[in-house]
Amino acid sequence: MATIIIPTPLRKFTNNTSKLEVKSATIEESIKELSLNFPDLKKHLLDDTGKLRSFVNIFVGDDDIRDLDNVHTKLSDNAVVSIVPAIAGGASDQTFTKEELARYNRHIIIPDFGLEAQKKLKASKVLVIGSGGLGSPVLLYLAAAGVGTIGIVDFDVVDDSNLQRQVLFGVNEIGKPKVEAAKRRLESLNPHIEIKLYNTQLTSKNALEIIKDYDVVADGTDNFPTRYLVNDACLLLDKPNVYASIFQFEGQVSVFNYVNKDGERGPNYRDLYPTPPPAGLVPSCAEGGVLGVLPGIIGSLQASEVIKVITGVGEPLNGRFFIFDALNFETRTFKIKPREDNPVSGKNPTITMLIDYEQFCGVKAVEKPIKEITADELYNWQVTGEKFQLIDVREPDEYEIVNIGGELIPLGTITDNADKIDRDKKVVIHCKVGGRSAKAIRELEEKFGFDNLYNLKGGIFAYIDEVEPELTKY
Amino acid sequence: MIVIEPKAKRSMAADAVNTFPDECCGFLFGIEKGNDRFITDILIVNNAKEGDKKRRFEISAKDYLKAERYADENGLQLLGIYHSHPNHPAIPSEHDRVAAQPWFSYVIVSVLEKKLGRIRSWRLNEEQQFEEEQIPDYQFI
Repeated sequence: MATIIIPTPLRKFTNNTSKLEVKSATIEESIKELSLNFPDLKKHLLDDTGKLRSFVNIFVGDDDIRDLDNVHTKLSDNAVVSIVPAIAGGASDQTFTKEELARYNRHIIIPDFGLEAQKKLKASKVLVIGSGGLGSPVLLYLAAAGVGTIGIVDFDVVDDSNLQRQVLFGVNEIGKPKVEAAKRRLESLNPHIEIKLYNTQLTSKNALEIIKDYDVVADGTDNFPTRYLVNDACLLLDKPNVYASIFQFEGQVSVFNYVNKDGERGPNYRDLYPTPPPAGLVPSCAEGGVLGVLPGIIGSLQASEVIKVITGVGEPLNGRFFIFDALNFETRTFKIKPREDNPVSGKNPTITMLIDYEQFCGVKAVEKPIKEITADELYNWQVTGEKFQLIDVREPDEYEIVNIGGELIPLGTITDNADKIDRDKKVVIHCKVGGRSAKAIRELEEKFGFDNLYNLKGGIFAYIDEVEPELTKY
Repeated sequence: MIVIEPKAKRSMAADAVNTFPDECCGFLFGIEKGNDRFITDILIVNNAKEGDKKRRFEISAKDYLKAERYADENGLQLLGIYHSHPNHPAIPSEHDRVAAQPWFSYVIVSVLEKKLGRIRSWRLNEEQQFEEEQIPDYQFI
């Protein structure tokens, strides 16, 4: 009688017996004999057609029956037959799990998109700089769409004034770091992607190190120094930069440093704006305000361009500059071209490494908050006889057109006239919409230590709108 | 529940990390009490897969027989298989399921760029589908 050794995983079908005696003279017969005695064992040895399963090996002594007479191998009386399960497996080489395929179905069924584009999204790494107004829709849509790795750079914490447009966050996140709040939200939106956080300010020191690992950058910053920094870092590292910006009712979008199918490199931010505007002239959203839904519109366009750049589907907004005016519902698209005198990407580059962008733009990337007063509050002070000094930092010809009785000290001369500014009572400083007066306050605070200065929010324009609508706007 | 003794867990994790970017594999030994398994010993074997070992493993019949003998000689039970998933989660793939044996525990060690990831254990149910077996922290037993 031959002995059959049953492998451990199959012993539950043989009443936990490891060795069985069989009377049969061949392998084939002995398997039949086993199947008859232990019906549950049969399906683990034979397939539906009665053939030995491919992952079951049978050894007689030390020899594989495949090297002998296969199932017809004869058994001697003292033969020892071992059933050896083939042990194999491995990590999945399918790019998508069932859940992912279900999730991305509406992408995959678009004829011009398909599984190929979805695979590219999953393999891609996108760095989103700024997780505020623009960053919120960009991050939400890129995460939902299945971008495999998303990096987020932001040093800020969630403030209650953010919630009007930064739809990533809710009241429970106020005071928490934006990147962490964003990560939680995005992970609950799509567990199949990876989120990397950089809870820091992007600077000339860390920008190359952070950006180098990504395929595409989406710039949603709110200040000029960081804008130029992101642009230059993308040029130095050869990364496409999907740009968007917003102010009040207007938004802009473009794709910079994009290399098309013919290998031609498109223009970048410095081709559009060779130099930053004079410091303080253009207020930021924090100073000038923004319609809450605007970043939702513009950030969604930005996310759409990121997806097109990654997948190669469609024609990205390369060499073109898109402007949307929500107030009049007007859109325009301009053509832009690379400039030969571009100091980074032109014929004779003079900038070959990152520079000091705060110095270049004449402003700090991160400003400390200044005290503010609204037009309504100013009017209240005026009618209640509150003692204060009012200073207008616009230019004399602007003052000619309209003024509200402030003392004229243009921004350029403010530090020379610091002695004219009161230290004993409150001082309200204004300009047209609030940018230049904020700059004046910062200079006075930094250089002369004033602590009694208030910026008129929205400038003389806000005052005209809210208090004296009969005055002229220019 | 499957309890893995720290020494066995360490050897398994070290094998997974050292074999990266390829998949490693080996056997699990121990005792079974009711529905609970206690892994006390492992046997590291060669990944016999010809070709791409980054995504596949295979254990030769000779090594399987060696494992059965090892269990007999040491008075232990052969309770399952471990293998690694380099840069993939510790979740069984379709390749794992199709080739899986009943009753065995399949412990998967995830390794992400040379760093140890999660270790999870799985067993086939009656419908030939994997169900997770909890691996409690050893110190709490």
